[in-house]
Amino acid sequence: MPAPKHDAPVSLDTLKAGVWKENPVFIMLLGLCPALAVSNTAVNSLAMGLASTFVLLGASFLISLFRNVIPKQVRIASYIIIIATFVTVVDYTIHALSLELYNALGAFIQLIVVNCMILGRCEAYASKHRVSTTMVNAVGMGAGFTLALFLVGSIREILGFGTFFGIPLFGPDFQVWAVFILPPGGFIVLSLWLVLFAAIQRKRDRMAAGKEGAYGS
Amino acid sequence: MDHDSLMFIFLNALLINNLVLALFLGLCPFVGVSSKINTAWPMGLAVIVVMLVASVCAYGINILLVHFEIEYLRLISYIAVIASAVQLVEMTIKKFSPTLFRLLGIYLPLITTNCAILGMALFQTFDEYSFTQSLAYSLGAGGGFMLALVLMAGLRERLELANVPDVATSAAIAFMLAGLLSLAFMGFAGLGG
Repeated sequence: MPAPKHDAPVSLDTLKAGVWKENPVFIMLLGLCPALAVSNTAVNSLAMGLASTFVLLGASFLISLFRNVIPKQVRIASYIIIIATFVTVVDYTIHALSLELYNALGAFIQLIVVNCMILGRCEAYASKHRVSTTMVNAVGMGAGFTLALFLVGSIREILGFGTFFGIPLFGPDFQVWAVFILPPGGFIVLSLWLVLFAAIQRKRDRMAAGKEGAYGS
Repeated sequence: MDHDSLMFIFLNALLINNLVLALFLGLCPFVGVSSKINTAWPMGLAVIVVMLVASVCAYGINILLVHFEIEYLRLISYIAVIASAVQLVEMTIKKFSPTLFRLLGIYLPLITTNCAILGMALFQTFDEYSFTQSLAYSLGAGGGFMLALVLMAGLRERLELANVPDVATSAAIAFMLAGLLSLAFMGFAGLGG
């Protein structure tokens, strides 16, 4: 647990860590199922990202608050129940707000329960840190998850439908690349993002290690 | 083929709407355990067993929930059932094959958060399958998971001999393979007629 006097710098780092260095999807490979299943358009992936972020925030808050009360032996079960409660809230909220979105996301809203990103963060972070630190970290992680979904979703929508947020980007002659909105496209786009992230990471490492190795990647 | 027939439901879950390759469920163990065939097929078997148990329990629970009009508890009760089923399988494997238990490692308890299983239970509820149809569906879904896992493991064992660019880490190249495998499985889409 970080010392209270170092709170401010730690918080900034914990916030940024989730977005880039420990990005849940691209670096830690967590929460992949929703990242691929509903990311065929930018809107769907944003909605999914925000819904997951809300669940992550709520669950992290409660778990961090009760971290000294929950017995070690049944902690996973308790976490799952807490997460499931928030997921039920999200499920009913989306159902009430937008039926169209609800139908597009389908069972995948309820499947946020088994998003390993959320359980992973609860187990690895929320159960060991103070509420304030946990919340900052959860915001960062949620943002990173949403960003990752958005990146995958945008590429798939642009190539697969020729639109972005429903707005046509290319002329009427554009031949849509239908494979990208179908399941194989999800795998392939994610794979390409992983390669890109690895390449950037490698370049940075080389820059940090010494200037002699820092030629293009 | 009749869309309500057991054979159709089974084949649908096994090939056409394969949980891993078409619906993106259960990707974590799919990537995590698929590097060796030796661990891939026991993992597949474990998932099939959990699927069957979870399917039967979910069917029973759903009847109760609908009867008492407390459907909002569905998610929580399903998760509890799946967690117990996983615990059961875990204890069995630990007793009969400690080696296997060690090989599967963290991925065995993580079957609980394997979205393929919860997804299967939810889909069978949404599609209002009868008892036998649920069984056929869960068998097909589990079999489909195992099929995808074993095929993938075979491909990845071959990949170890291939010359892959440095930046394509093991996960990146695995997803590229999964994309191709998924493309191949799309060929089954015409099977339903």
